[in-house]
Amino acid sequence: MSHNERFPASRYGPVERKMAESLVELESRILAGETEEDCDCKEGMFNGLSRRGLLAGGLAMGGAALAGGRAAAEAPPGAQEYYVQPDPTKEQGRIILDDGGYGSRSQFENEVRWRYPTASLDSSWSMTPLASGHGVITPSGLHFERHHGGIPAIDPETHTLVLHGMVDQPMRFTMDDLKRLPAVSRLHFIECSGNGLTEWVEPTLKTVQGTHGLTSTSEWTGVRLSTVLEMAGIQDSAAWILAEGADAAVMTRSVPIDKAMDDAILAYAQNGEALRPEQGYPLRLLLPGYEGNTHIKWLRRLEVSDKPFMTREETSKYTDLMPDGTARQFSMEMDTKSVITFPSGAMKLPRAGFYEITGLAWSGRGAITRVEVSADGGQTWQEAQLEGPVLPKCHTRFRLPWTWTGEEAVLQSRAVDDTGSIQPTLQELVEVRGTKSVYHLNAIQSWHIAANGEVTNVHA
Amino acid sequence: MSTRKFILVPVFIATASVALAQSDTAKRTVAALPETLEATGERAPQPVPTSSAEDISDLAPENLRFGIGRPATEEQIAAIDIDVMPDGRGYPEGSGTYAEGEELYLQECSSCHGENLEGVADLGAPRLIGGRGSLASDAPVKTVESYWPYASTLFDYVHRAMPMQAPGSLSNDQVYAISAYILGRAGITSDNPDTTLDKQSMTEVEMPNADGFVPDPRDGSPEK
Repeated sequence: MSHNERFPASRYGPVERKMAESLVELESRILAGETEEDCDCKEGMFNGLSRRGLLAGGLAMGGAALAGGRAAAEAPPGAQEYYVQPDPTKEQGRIILDDGGYGSRSQFENEVRWRYPTASLDSSWSMTPLASGHGVITPSGLHFERHHGGIPAIDPETHTLVLHGMVDQPMRFTMDDLKRLPAVSRLHFIECSGNGLTEWVEPTLKTVQGTHGLTSTSEWTGVRLSTVLEMAGIQDSAAWILAEGADAAVMTRSVPIDKAMDDAILAYAQNGEALRPEQGYPLRLLLPGYEGNTHIKWLRRLEVSDKPFMTREETSKYTDLMPDGTARQFSMEMDTKSVITFPSGAMKLPRAGFYEITGLAWSGRGAITRVEVSADGGQTWQEAQLEGPVLPKCHTRFRLPWTWTGEEAVLQSRAVDDTGSIQPTLQELVEVRGTKSVYHLNAIQSWHIAANGEVTNVHA
Repeated sequence: MSTRKFILVPVFIATASVALAQSDTAKRTVAALPETLEATGERAPQPVPTSSAEDISDLAPENLRFGIGRPATEEQIAAIDIDVMPDGRGYPEGSGTYAEGEELYLQECSSCHGENLEGVADLGAPRLIGGRGSLASDAPVKTVESYWPYASTLFDYVHRAMPMQAPGSLSNDQVYAISAYILGRAGITSDNPDTTLDKQSMTEVEMPNADGFVPDPRDGSPEK
């Protein structure tokens, strides 16, 4: 029997087949009484499975072990390299549960988060590839990150949340406790208030991932913070609540008690499964519409007080320096904002023709009511179509059909929310705030389309 | 690789597993896969979360009495209640001098923040002193000296998160001492080597930019 008959291409890709053939050869040599030293098979031959592992368990586990040992080195992160059939209608596809029971994305999809080149790897941020996103949900593995002390690995069986301070009864909750309490699920964006910080003075980063990638939307599930606050009984003098994380930064922010009682969530789930570790597993605070830094991850403690705590992240950082030298403090709400994600920076339109302009709009104050798009740098505007349901404090997808004639164009989008707040131009923003405030840049973004189709980040 | 080594591997693994199981301090590092139901081979669902509460005699879910969660003890709170507030609440007992702080700073802080507290940009470690009067200029320099409105923030942050390579490792006395050194070098408190900071004196420190912060006036309108 030839190898090809024993390991047909319908079930075995080239990598698996090589492994299986080697295994059979090894088995036959052992059965023939040859010692191991005589075998010409070498460590590494099995491409991910050590020979030791194969000998110890591979023979008994058969196909499953072979599949598990598949080389994934060349597949993009989150994908497995599977055998690509020349004609998938003429061969059986790969077997079910080959992935161990938790799927992976196609080996032909390669979007990844991009880390802004901060000096420190412990305190850094990564950005969502908005250009290739669809709809409004950000895949959990592409949700932007901002860490101040790395990503801790926390066992939920040992994690607790302590609630104390100006409450009638200090309380301590295990993760099991929290999962037994009434829950809510809400779709909300989180945006870092530093989103766009490189863009105040001149166009700096080239892609929409770099200029706007510190915003992401997920469905978050957890317990309303008001539920546990009412269980503990907040005292009349309570005005602020400190949220503290269990990471190396022991991250802390003060939150107004009104916000805590309004729509804050103690979230343990994201997009239908447990939070990702880099999003605060097993528990994070969610403050819909507030700047991302306040959504404390790895949440371990809540302390109710009459005053804000004046932590480092609400004094030294996340305060907005104005031209007169004063700084705005507790600037929590994320303002009305939108960006065209297609076409966007560093793309190249191949030729004149039909393109659907699309992008995202959001507001930390409410729901988006209107998005307008300009193809001439803001001289004329057309109303874009909003994908429903349009949810408050959530990314909203907009679309507008557009025919590019092949002439120069400047694409812009401008969002309005249900409080009447209109996304400003950069010039309007800078007139009030100067260029040193770092945070809360929500200005209209401009993408220049050159006659050759190249799309670039410009200030227009 | 010899055959003998190959045989020893599973033995070693088995021994290690027993040792782990017997150790009181052993912590799990991963979750096991869900168990399999014998009758059908299905995966078992996740176990129903068990509330930590012991008393379920007085349940009234409509009044938020779920019988879930337990009172936090003073010890449980004290173990993690480390925050310090501008009015002095939260400062621990202890004290430290400028001279002690100088020595500690050179050991614990200077490799990132520089020998002269000038910061090291390549490490992402900010400058700590200087910059007074620069905030309204075209090149504002935001440091502990020029920008931070409260001394309590310095104590709190150093205590909870510094130094980067060993966060939370400094004693209360050491944090007082490092605070005395940084504030002394900033000219906010005296740089006399004997200058001592403690709970009382830290609370009395007035920072140069204490009045530099305003409440957020934004309301979504273009003029703000």
